[in-house]
This record gives sequence, C-alpha cells and structure tokens, in this order.
Amino acid sequence: MAENRDAAGPSGLVKTLGITGEALITIAVIIGLFVLWYAFFNPWVVGLRQEQVAAQQSRQLAQQIKSQAAHAPAPAPSAGNLATTGQKANAVPVMAEPPNIADTIGVVYIPRLGTDWRRILRESVNTELVLNSVTAGVGHYTGTAMPGGLGNFAIAAHDIGYGNSFLNLSKLRLGDKVYIQTSLGWYTYTFRNFQFVQPDAINVLDAVPTVSRNAGSDRLITLTTCYPAIFPPLERVAAYGTFVGFSTTPPAELAPTLAKDG
Amino acid sequence: MYRALWRSLPGPVVVRILILALIIAVLLIVLDQWVFPWMAATFVDEGATVGTAS
Repeated sequence: MAENRDAAGPSGLVKTLGITGEALITIAVIIGLFVLWYAFFNPWVVGLRQEQVAAQQSRQLAQQIKSQAAHAPAPAPSAGNLATTGQKANAVPVMAEPPNIADTIGVVYIPRLGTDWRRILRESVNTELVLNSVTAGVGHYTGTAMPGGLGNFAIAAHDIGYGNSFLNLSKLRLGDKVYIQTSLGWYTYTFRNFQFVQPDAINVLDAVPTVSRNAGSDRLITLTTCYPAIFPPLERVAAYGTFVGFSTTPPAELAPTLAKDG
Repeated sequence: MYRALWRSLPGPVVVRILILALIIAVLLIVLDQWVFPWMAATFVDEGATVGTAS
C-alpha cells in the first residue's frame, strides 16, 4: 500500500518540517483571507444591510413627519414640547438627546458617498451597538448638539470595516449636502472644510470646533472617521459643515433615492 | 498534512474533489461567522472616533 511505501520514505525531521510548513502556509492564507474579508466582503454584506434598514427607518420617519405636520400645520415659534432654540426668526425644532446608548435618532443621507448611501444614526459612538452594528453604522457623540441645534452636532462612522460607512468622507467637496432625517423633519447641512487631527483631538467636537466649548449662534456639524484608511489609522479626519435649513418636506436632491425606496 | 488528508478521502478523484469543496465551504462559513469577527475585535484598531471612546 502507498502508506507503507511512504513510511519508509522521508525521515521524522523532514516530516515535521513539512507539517510545520503546511501549517504556516495555512495560517498565512487565513490571514490573507481575513484582510480581504475585513476590507471588502464584510463591509459589502454589512453595508447592504445598513442601507436596507435605513430605508425602512426612513419610510417610518416620513410617516411620523407627515402625521406631525398634519397636527401642527403652522410651526409656531414656541412649538409645544419641542425645545426650540436660537433666534425667533428662524426657529428650528430640535429633538432632545435620547437617554440610552443606541437609541435611534434618525437617518443620515450624504449623496456624495453614493446614491444609495444612507445610514441609521444612533445615540453614542459605542463600537458594538452602533458603529459595528448591521442596523446602524453612524453614531452621535453623546453630549454634542442634536440635529439643527445650536453648537456642534458631531457624528462618527468607520471608514474601513463594518459597512465602510465613511470610506469616502474625505471625498466631500465644498457645498456637498448632508441631510439628517428625524421624526421632526429634514435638517440640511452643507460641507465646508476638513481638518486632519490626532486621534485624541476631542476639541473637534467643541460647540465651535477647536475654538470654544460654548455655543454661539452657529449651528455646525462635525463628521469624524479614521484617516488614512490603512492600519493602524494614525490620524482622524473631521469634516465640518454648517446648518442650512429645516423642512418637513424631503429635500429635492434626495427625491430619486426616496422614490426608489418607496 | 494535506497529503494525508487527501489520502484519507474515500472514492475516486471526482468524489474526493467534491468532498474537499464541501470541507472548504464549511471552513469558510466558520471563518466568516466566528473566526474573522473575533479576529477583527481582537486585533484591529478601528478608531473611527476622536477621544478615548474608540
């Protein structure tokens, strides 16, 4: 038999070396597969799911916006239980910060990141429950302003891994829009500039980023992700934007995407 | 190692290849569902956020 012939063949040392070599090659292949899985396969699977659940959430929010608009046709300056902040002239309804980690705030749309790109925005930047979650992807820094609020509305997402949500964040161009849909309506921000910072630069989350912790009259947005998109990511990129307006009707730019979602 | 595995498979070459494909498929599923998520959580510094919350 073949086994008898082999038994008389290579010595014990050669056999051991052979098995060790094969084991090392196996480990190398698994690590290679892991890199491909982490950078391409898993983000693709997770990203599709995140877009799908965000579309569902968006439809649900659209219903809420519609029913609220029906109840209060004219958005009064002091609108009921909504905490209206800022000048009376352009009062923007701002929702209260949700009390719990991973509570849903709304849906984020950034057309520059893709025509189908949308993600559920949840409270906190918890890794497991928000950033890595197949049903979220984007997190709101706890303690920063809420959409439309005075000060800085700061959010974060991965660039590589778990949906690749902000992979193309550094491709934003001046004037690109960031839309936040909540149960109250649509908030529009326009992208202004980038700042590349160290990972510990929490001052990009300040009410006036890197300048002041006290909110002035500006309503700003900060989007953060890691940079560059390699490991380990030694820096962070902060994309800043300014508030443009609030509306209970969906933005025209999103009409094709929303129509596709039904 | 792999030589011994190949020899331990029964049947003609075609059947062996099919069995091997099945083993590889099961292996990939195990990697995708359990091993790779664990590796990601253990070895990868994702760091999407500023501050210590990452």
